[in-house]
Amino acid sequence: MGRPVEQLSGGPVLEEVAGWGRHPVGRGRVERPEHLTLPAGVEPVVPRGLGRAYGDPALPSREGGLVLESTRADRIRSFEPATGRLHCEAGLSLAEILRVFVPRGWFPPVTPGTKFVTVGACVACDVHGKNHHRDGSFGSFVDRVTLRVADGRLVECGPDRERGLFLATLGGMGLTGLIVEVIVRLKRIESPWIVLETQGMASLGAMMEGLRLSAAHWPYTVGWIDCLARGADVGRGILMRGRHATHVEAGTRRARPALPLRVPFDAPEWLLNPLLMRGFNRLYAWSHGTALRRRVVSYDRFFYPLDAIGEWNRLYGRRGLLQYQCVLPRAAGSPPVATLLERLGAAGAASFLAVIKDCGPASDAYLSFPMEGTTLALDLPNRGAATEALVHELNAIVIANRGRVYLAKDAVTRAEDFARMEPRLGEWRAVRERWDPARRFRSAQSVRLFGDPA
Amino acid sequence: MKVAMVGATRGMGRALARRLAERGDALFLLGRDEPELALSARDLEARGGPSVSHARLDLGEPAGFTAALDAADQALSPFDALVVTGGLFARQDELAADPARLAALLHANFTGTVLLCQQAAERMAARGGGLVCAFGSVAGDRARRSNYLYGASKAGLAVALDGLDLAYRDRGVRVLCVKPGFVRTAMTAGLPVPPLAGEPDAVARRVVAAMDAGRHQIYAPGIWRVVMLVIRALPRAVMRRVQF
Repeated sequence: MGRPVEQLSGGPVLEEVAGWGRHPVGRGRVERPEHLTLPAGVEPVVPRGLGRAYGDPALPSREGGLVLESTRADRIRSFEPATGRLHCEAGLSLAEILRVFVPRGWFPPVTPGTKFVTVGACVACDVHGKNHHRDGSFGSFVDRVTLRVADGRLVECGPDRERGLFLATLGGMGLTGLIVEVIVRLKRIESPWIVLETQGMASLGAMMEGLRLSAAHWPYTVGWIDCLARGADVGRGILMRGRHATHVEAGTRRARPALPLRVPFDAPEWLLNPLLMRGFNRLYAWSHGTALRRRVVSYDRFFYPLDAIGEWNRLYGRRGLLQYQCVLPRAAGSPPVATLLERLGAAGAASFLAVIKDCGPASDAYLSFPMEGTTLALDLPNRGAATEALVHELNAIVIANRGRVYLAKDAVTRAEDFARMEPRLGEWRAVRERWDPARRFRSAQSVRLFGDPA
Repeated sequence: MKVAMVGATRGMGRALARRLAERGDALFLLGRDEPELALSARDLEARGGPSVSHARLDLGEPAGFTAALDAADQALSPFDALVVTGGLFARQDELAADPARLAALLHANFTGTVLLCQQAAERMAARGGGLVCAFGSVAGDRARRSNYLYGASKAGLAVALDGLDLAYRDRGVRVLCVKPGFVRTAMTAGLPVPPLAGEPDAVARRVVAAMDAGRHQIYAPGIWRVVMLVIRALPRAVMRRVQF
């Protein structure tokens, strides 16, 4: 949550508004209504959820711009126990869905690496998770999205209705209209527990092969990579694969209440110096070895390890971080992934969090991020121009291999680079032109990437 | 519990109603805006509450209280708790500039709420007991120049609830007065956020625990008990000088 920084005499309170990476930082007039309505007039609006996107997609397009935060519009409209269909307002969070529905045997069909995201944001970013190779992204489970479009009308869209608007809204970063309500299909689970297998992988080749082989039998797969390893060790790390435990496997386990850990202040930047991060990554790799381990863990530990540490983004210091996530098509194979990792290693810029995952086929949604291939995500501590230059360099590798970057993580990609990554951009622009010709919905990101007026 | 609730559609009341519904308490919603009541009723049902129905009640129209409580009795056959989180709020400058608005606020927050609590306590006492829980405010503990009008409505309510507890406890009716400090809700949107601000869900958890424990007054978040102890002890000369 931003903090109020200024109250003009009788005027609105402006708050600092940033993504989860805490860079860049804008200032806006943040409204958190219990009803998501569009104010009368023509003032530009940026929709925002819980602020977990990293870069600038939920920042106002200009100083003092209106930010419409959905978190208080969080009512459930209905739930059908026979089918798992959940109809809710856009501000409902996955954390709340888990809290309410896991005890009843239901689970979000797709979840990103944090549960502190709203359903509206899951649609707007068309989020993916550890099951993308099998189930696709969040949008595959969405039956209906209700939008308040730029002219003030309420429009329902879905796979079978206003399909163009639907496909532009999934992954459309909130730029097609204000997402007001969503109908999503939850999935049945037998227990809140996860059967987890982990195995050390000695190289990138082994990791990618491990992901490929696991994909056939495991609904959830992911790899953690020591991205500071060099030479033959590039890509070494730990492969994790999981599935929901059965009643029998879960046994009589009871969840332990989580300790309320929180990072109380901004860490000094030397804490993340390359040597320390290398130590951390090595330790993580060594503690595991190449043995196969199998155990039963809580869903929180499997899906949301970082959520256990409140405000962990403060570990990156006052300047924050840039997260970089790209996907490279299957046809490109492992060489470009290795190139990216080597480039990061040489720059000494990467941190302890590097995640690799194989994706299934791309969705029909125009700006949906995943495509069949390999995605890589990592944190880059923000060191200003050097970090931005590194991102542009990585982007060049991605473009050369016909991959793309994830807008929910992006803060610095150039408009021309994004256009070269996204062949469906023209179709998306056409739909947006139809529903919001005046660009009522715009963000700092859309100004940067799509040429919107500030 | 079988709870008749005023204010369950918004803010702290919404969070509290969810906590109650999720643990299986039966709820009946009362309020001014029926479409809103229906939306919250569906939300509470989806969260595990048994069937939740609703009826119209305006704290500013005491003539309608009997019918509203009758409806609650009929739906819950009968209710054994009344929770009032609802009330009006406006900034000091808005109230000072608009006598009609001030009158409506004083009427709903004090007169209406006291009449409703009194009436419900009497009903519950006649059938063996129950619980009345209503929301005062730390603003009622000590006058401040920046919100003494709203504070006065809550101060009066707090005294009435305190007395209600004394008068009805022998007849089986417990009364809980909740005094929230600054809590981040739509009601306080746009106000400068002070330190120690609370979240509605944390307040809700604390209130449910206090209901179960039979407390007669709590502050939420709890730290505000200490804060108000200090503020109440400040000499008049200091209160004259502080600008908040």
